[in-house]
Amino acid sequence: MYSEKVMDHFMNPRNVGEIEDADGVGQVGNPKCGDIMKMYLKIKDGVIEDVKFKTFGCGSAIASSSMATELIKGKTIEEAMKLTNKAVADALDGLPPIKMHCSVLAEQAIKSALLDYSRRHNVYIEGLEDINFDEDHHHHESDEE
Amino acid sequence: MKKYIYMDNAATTPVKKEVLEEMLPYFTEKYGNPSSVYSLGSMSKRAVEDAREKVAKALGANPREIFFTGGGSESDNWAIKGVAFANYDKGNHIITSKIEHHAILHTCEYLEKKGFEVTYLDVDEYGIVDLEQLRNAITDKTILISIMFANNEIGTIQPIKEIGEIAKEKNIYFHTDAVQAIGNIKIDVKELNIDLLSLSAHKFYGPKGIGALYVRQGVKIDPLITGGAQERKRRAGTENVPAIVGLGKAIELAYTNFEEKNNRLIKLRDMLIEKIKSNIDYVRLNGHPVKRLPGNVNMCFQFIEGESLLLSLDMEGIAASSGSACTSGSLDPSHVLLAIGLSHEIAHGSLRLTLGDFNTEEEIDYVVEKLVKIVERLRSMSPLYEKVKEEK
Repeated sequence: MYSEKVMDHFMNPRNVGEIEDADGVGQVGNPKCGDIMKMYLKIKDGVIEDVKFKTFGCGSAIASSSMATELIKGKTIEEAMKLTNKAVADALDGLPPIKMHCSVLAEQAIKSALLDYSRRHNVYIEGLEDINFDEDHHHHESDEE
Repeated sequence: MKKYIYMDNAATTPVKKEVLEEMLPYFTEKYGNPSSVYSLGSMSKRAVEDAREKVAKALGANPREIFFTGGGSESDNWAIKGVAFANYDKGNHIITSKIEHHAILHTCEYLEKKGFEVTYLDVDEYGIVDLEQLRNAITDKTILISIMFANNEIGTIQPIKEIGEIAKEKNIYFHTDAVQAIGNIKIDVKELNIDLLSLSAHKFYGPKGIGALYVRQGVKIDPLITGGAQERKRRAGTENVPAIVGLGKAIELAYTNFEEKNNRLIKLRDMLIEKIKSNIDYVRLNGHPVKRLPGNVNMCFQFIEGESLLLSLDMEGIAASSGSACTSGSLDPSHVLLAIGLSHEIAHGSLRLTLGDFNTEEEIDYVVEKLVKIVERLRSMSPLYEKVKEEK
């Protein structure tokens, strides 16, 4: 069901954890839906120096978080803002259609952490004006036993 | 090959060797159509009737009350639709429960669209239906009560005898989906006042795609599949002879040395539950501690999600199941876990391990050992676990 890359990032996730003195922290999703992503950013001179995450969710939610952190680490805020959910999914060699919302959540977690950073540090970030963390990003129909 | 541990026996079971051996000749040399008059045909006919007798014997029924179907879902569909359509002149009300298998629930929802009324009974925290609520739900329009014998997810066994008595007293047909119960519980349909009972072979070491419906003599029921005169015009279509032979053998085996197998499973089940409880914090057992299927373990692990548990177990060669939304194929986690009162977030972290005749004590230890590590790893990644650790 999952690509080898998804399984790799699920079994050996990159950048798991917390940053004590983070410059921006964002959390999206809710336990009712079964996935929550929390993203911590350390930013210096407009560059994301460090990023960590914690995720409650399915395999693809954990893999998407892990991949998203890899894709923005060392990048500028502007570059991180350009990260789309599709780029996360593509970097994982694709996600099953019913799991695409996990990549959406990863994109939103980064934007949510950047929003927190912009508020705390009074920095204007282009593209965050009308951000809407839509939780209604679900779901699917499939088989059962 | 890497060690592989199968603990999903409620999903399906392997076909036992003895069962397969009985089936094989009916694919090749004994291939006759049971409806044919020549001896090759009557050989198949005899095999089908022999299997019917075995099923009847296991249930305490008459062979003429056993009808072969394409499996549990067909049996459930037939029982519900067949009784509903045949008794529409008497009434249009059906009573079932909120924790039935979807083969029952979705069939009832279909009938609601066709003008039937359905009452879905609540269950208590253990998943047991409320008998008082059942009594109160009965109206003069009620034609059928359908309550599962034992639940496929949490293993809870219903008070079937009491329900049968209520149904008999009110002169209402009583159907039970016994797909999970057959082979795990001794069932006598006459003693339990059961009018219709669904079963499926692949849950007790028989082949997939074959099941049966017990229909007590005198029950008014329409056929679901119309066509030829097979199954005394109740279920058309050329009989799946090898599968029927397999079903017969499997049900016979299931009730051979029954007590011994049953006690062994209960011992393994309780051992698994105890070991998980004593080695992992923040877990709860779903379902009833005693009124439960001998091989069923269903537990919730707080702060983690079921699918990631399953994937991790699979990486260790362990096959299990979960009621999380990500595995149930809908937005919500299992309707059964919600019906017993669990919150969404707790229900997402459910794990079902179902034991069978081939599981061993060593496997229990191996699974617990791996589970401890997996739960620890997933919790260390969970933002929900942070708070708990801080409070500690």
